[in-house]
Amino acid sequence: MINLFEVRETNKMIEQELLDVRTITLGISLLDCADADVTRLNERIYEKITRLGSHLVETGEAISKDFGIPIVNKRVSITPISLVGAGACKTPEDYVSIARTLDRAAKEIGINFLGGYSALVNKGMTTSDRLLIESIPEALATTEMVCSSVNVGSTRTGIDMDAVRLMGGIIRKTAELTADRDSLGCAKLVVFCNAPDDNPFMAGAFHGVTEGDAVINVGVSGPGVVKSALEKVRGESFEVLCETIKKTAFKVTRVGQLVAQEASRRLDVPFGIVDLSLAPTPAIGDSVAEILEQMGLQRAGAPGTTAALAILNDQVKKGGVMASSYVGGLSGAFIPVSEYLGMIDAVHEGALTLEKLEAMTCVCSVGLDMIAIPGDTPASTIAGIIADEAAIGMINQKTTAVRLIPVIGKGVGETATFGGLLGYAPIMPVNRFSCDAFIERKGRIPAPIHSFKN
Amino acid sequence: MDKIIITVVGKDTLGIIARVTTYLFHNDINILDISQTILGDMFNMMVIADMQKCTKEFGVVSDELRELGEEIGLRILTQKEEIFTKMHRI
Repeated sequence: MINLFEVRETNKMIEQELLDVRTITLGISLLDCADADVTRLNERIYEKITRLGSHLVETGEAISKDFGIPIVNKRVSITPISLVGAGACKTPEDYVSIARTLDRAAKEIGINFLGGYSALVNKGMTTSDRLLIESIPEALATTEMVCSSVNVGSTRTGIDMDAVRLMGGIIRKTAELTADRDSLGCAKLVVFCNAPDDNPFMAGAFHGVTEGDAVINVGVSGPGVVKSALEKVRGESFEVLCETIKKTAFKVTRVGQLVAQEASRRLDVPFGIVDLSLAPTPAIGDSVAEILEQMGLQRAGAPGTTAALAILNDQVKKGGVMASSYVGGLSGAFIPVSEYLGMIDAVHEGALTLEKLEAMTCVCSVGLDMIAIPGDTPASTIAGIIADEAAIGMINQKTTAVRLIPVIGKGVGETATFGGLLGYAPIMPVNRFSCDAFIERKGRIPAPIHSFKN
Repeated sequence: MDKIIITVVGKDTLGIIARVTTYLFHNDINILDISQTILGDMFNMMVIADMQKCTKEFGVVSDELRELGEEIGLRILTQKEEIFTKMHRI
């Protein structure tokens, strides 16, 4: 039988170390909503999301109460809209009307984000994909809950550089249309390489076309729990360090598995995956940078950071995989700069630069996440950063992503404030040398060779 | 079996166990195990109980126990057992 010590350990994780389930994300296929008429398409989308998602929030709250574990977010991911809207949408404005419908549906069922205003263009763009991408700035400026993502490359197909170039401009335009809110629109827009179909985390969540009608995916969290566990093994060997992270990740993931199974049973929707990511937030103590410091670095970004992050990412996966029957999504460690203090302090003190973050993305679970850059950064430079990150993902067969926020009207040393879960971020300097002529080339980067791994 | 874990934490005072167990008795909640300890000057108690015969919903029991705790100046948390067994047992 469970003993007092074990009960205290679990409850200490929840109460003092911020263990929570970060999100229950209900994936919904909208493929059967497709129609040739925009009005009817909007009606069908609204009806399906509000029907399938009507009990999501109350179920999440009931599970939270039963187990005494906070479930921070309840969200919905949907089929990439460029596929659903292809038959009906003839202009970017048609797509914006869908974004507004999605926003209305999200508000109706009480969730806080809805992801899947997306296009998958890793090899080429259809007319529909292009229209959707062109509609993103307006869609994100006029909605609150809708999140957008564009997959511009993959290990199997290479990188669509026409889409990369287009996204450089789209990110700038999104920033300009939300300039009055520190370019908040860009915090809801992710550019991916090798995007997973079952990611429950925003802003990059969408319901892949290989998924069923509906699915429950759960994202756990718990950087504070790992940091606290590492406080007890200061000065110990790498073996002890790795074992400690693994055991902690196991415990954290078991909670996610329990919540995912319960949500699946109560909503009568199949259980998809648990995403093992250590997802930091602006809440006090919810920081991956503090874990890196606990591992022995003075600040995140110091020499040794990439190695420390590689250890963390790998041990989290090793511990978490055994704890859940199905693991998927982004699973690893996120390194958003907007998390609680650790990363922000490292930037302010000059320990952490954009280039070091890029190196870290080779071994973390995602990529350049929530990075505020000067508002006058040219579109081609943004496209260049996207291309660099996509190349890392393509060559290394991993998911990479870029969520950059060019903060209009602000420069290096200033701070962009987004509020809520998105927090705030210091504006980081960007390399000022041009990549215009490289980005202006048309076409795509061919798929890489899978041998000669040097 | 419908097992719940009740944890009581706070400053030690007279009659804590009596108050909690009386509530459980009146609601047909069967106690399977009790352990308690004093850490610092804080009273820590854990009750494992079965609420299969209880006619109230789990959420109601959880709220009423929390309110009972507030009356005597303690924090009472009620959780279903699975969160602990899942985390600590393979």
